[in-house]
Amino acid sequence: MATAVTERTGLEVRLEGLSRHFGDVRALDNLDLTLHPGELVALLGPSGCGKTTALRLVAGLDEPDAGRILVGDRDVTHMPANKRDMGMVFQSYSLFPHLTTQENVAFGLKLRGTDRGAREKRAKEMLELVGLGHQANRYANQLSGGQQQRVALARALAIEPSVLLLDEPLSALDAKVRAQLRDEIRRVQLEVGTTALFVTHDQEEALAVADRVGVMNKGKIEQLAEPETLYNQPASHFVAEFVGLMNRVPCHVADGRVEVLGATLGAREGSLPSGPGDALVRPEQLEVAAAEGGSGRVITVSFLGSITRVRVRMPNGSELLAQASGAEAARLAADQVVTVSITAADVLVAPAD
Amino acid sequence: MSRTPRQQRARRLRTFRITVFVALGLFFLVPLISMAEYSTRVNGGGRSGAAWAALVTDPDLRSGILTSLELAVLTVVGMIVLLVPTMVWVRLRVPKAARTIEFLCLLPLTIPALVIVVGIAPVYAWVTYFLGNSALTLTFAYVVLVLPYSFRALDAGLSGIDVQTLSDAARSLGAGWFTVIARVIVPNIASALLSAAFISVALVLGEYTFASLLDFQNMQVVIDYLGKSNSQASVAASLAALIFGFLLLLLLTLVGRRRRGEPAVLAPTPQPGQEG
Ligand SMILES: Nc1ncnc2c1ncn2[C@@H]1O[C@H](COP(=O)(O)OP(=O)(O)OP(=O)(O)O)[C@@H](O)[C@H]1O
Ligand SMILES: [Mg+2]
Repeated sequence: MATAVTERTGLEVRLEGLSRHFGDVRALDNLDLTLHPGELVALLGPSGCGKTTALRLVAGLDEPDAGRILVGDRDVTHMPANKRDMGMVFQSYSLFPHLTTQENVAFGLKLRGTDRGAREKRAKEMLELVGLGHQANRYANQLSGGQQQRVALARALAIEPSVLLLDEPLSALDAKVRAQLRDEIRRVQLEVGTTALFVTHDQEEALAVADRVGVMNKGKIEQLAEPETLYNQPASHFVAEFVGLMNRVPCHVADGRVEVLGATLGAREGSLPSGPGDALVRPEQLEVAAAEGGSGRVITVSFLGSITRVRVRMPNGSELLAQASGAEAARLAADQVVTVSITAADVLVAPAD
Repeated sequence: MSRTPRQQRARRLRTFRITVFVALGLFFLVPLISMAEYSTRVNGGGRSGAAWAALVTDPDLRSGILTSLELAVLTVVGMIVLLVPTMVWVRLRVPKAARTIEFLCLLPLTIPALVIVVGIAPVYAWVTYFLGNSALTLTFAYVVLVLPYSFRALDAGLSGIDVQTLSDAARSLGAGWFTVIARVIVPNIASALLSAAFISVALVLGEYTFASLLDFQNMQVVIDYLGKSNSQASVAASLAALIFGFLLLLLLTLVGRRRRGEPAVLAPTPQPGQEG
């Protein structure tokens, strides 16, 4: 299958100071982002933070109020979409209903004047690449949602785009197909070597497929980093809370030290400088142990396969989510009195809310 | 054997249906059959196709029919060229204007034809001045006349597809605006387009008021005029127009049913035939 695709390396894509306003809404606010050649960057953020807007600007389907977009050495900011050579996969189903799967994939090539033989050959190869070689003569309404998105991917790749843009291509699919297809998208992208921008609001999806993840908030990128860095060293409390599960534990900061749950830890960069705040602690950094005279009380114990999640109510009324391994979890039950301690060496402290 | 109330009800319903069907059938068929009978009658007994032959031999009638057919084609072309790009553009770029456009397109429906004619008569003085005195200049008036019906049909067709996503997809694959409309939008609203076109044809073939008052000789005007001298030929022409309109609507229904993957879209159907 891999031989079907010509060996290419992607282009660098740079967004510089992009802004886009809709009336009073600042959909994008001076956004900077650089994608290295061949890299897959995921844009992750809550609904309405401007992800689609950013993607549409890159695709040329909308124009920025300010800023530049560079692909390779070319400034494409004001180039119309149909001249940009970008493959795009949309959130909603976008196959042309009057064309078969194969004709859909060949559409872009037909517009480029590729002759019929070459066109059909390429369309077949692309369909093979996404595992739908046997469905060439079907119409969109005869395909499942997952299959339609695969065809859309094949169609976007058939034109050998300089950049591949994916706008939540999996959000309409159920969880299982989603996980499968996202891995497949990643495999295909690596195989083709195209620079890709993948928009999603699903953090698991972003962390699983991307080389780097950009977390967006209110039209800006809060942090752009590798998935591990993003998870372990979030640059802001927005990122910390948006990516992965996070507890807020009341604490006190002074002189770069944090007092929390009876322990004194280091304060991470970006923390509140001093005063009372909330320490952001992941469930796996909280240890729960059954103990007489402990301050917490177990609310629920949920067995999730490899791990067990324990929900604990603290004396101040707040709830904490902790993670326990099999042996410890077996001894816990609802209403049990427990102690909760932090295993991390340093924490990020956010202003209390 | 006694029947349950339910069976009785079903039976009564069936009787009612058949009665209605027969009554309506007679209501529509009797005039048509009478027209056919009258148009082929020969004084003193026997049948003759002379009146029907006049459809092609009578120079006035023939030119009236040709004019109306040409007008129908031009109107359909004008309507499509005007409406399709506009409606697509409004959907994509200025959705706020959608209400205004709809209001404008439906306006001719609310104004009596007579009033419109009086209003556009001065405009036609200019049209004739620039484009000559051809009956085909009626195309402009007719495009306005068919606007409400074709708008409804096309609107239903466009609502059935995701115009925004399809055109975004096509553009990112390299299609310019013309290609987007011609190769992506149009094929996917084909049955709505057909429906809009057929309705327009039926309307134009039955149009009398505009042509008569603006002093052009289209089919209906000639039919009306002939009614005084050769009433049989006039009736034959009316019947032919009715049958043609009926066949168009039938075709429309069949086409709408046959197309797969796309909902059959039928516009509100105006009654084809004479107004005068
Ligand atoms: N065409 C438009 N007209 C007016 N406002 C718009 C338009 N497009 C986007 N917006 C606004 O801009 C903001 C960002 O929208 P955008 O679609 O980029 O969000 P998103 O991050 O893709 O969200 P989601 O995850 O829900 O898709 C939103 O507040 C939205 O209401
Ligand atoms: Mg979006």
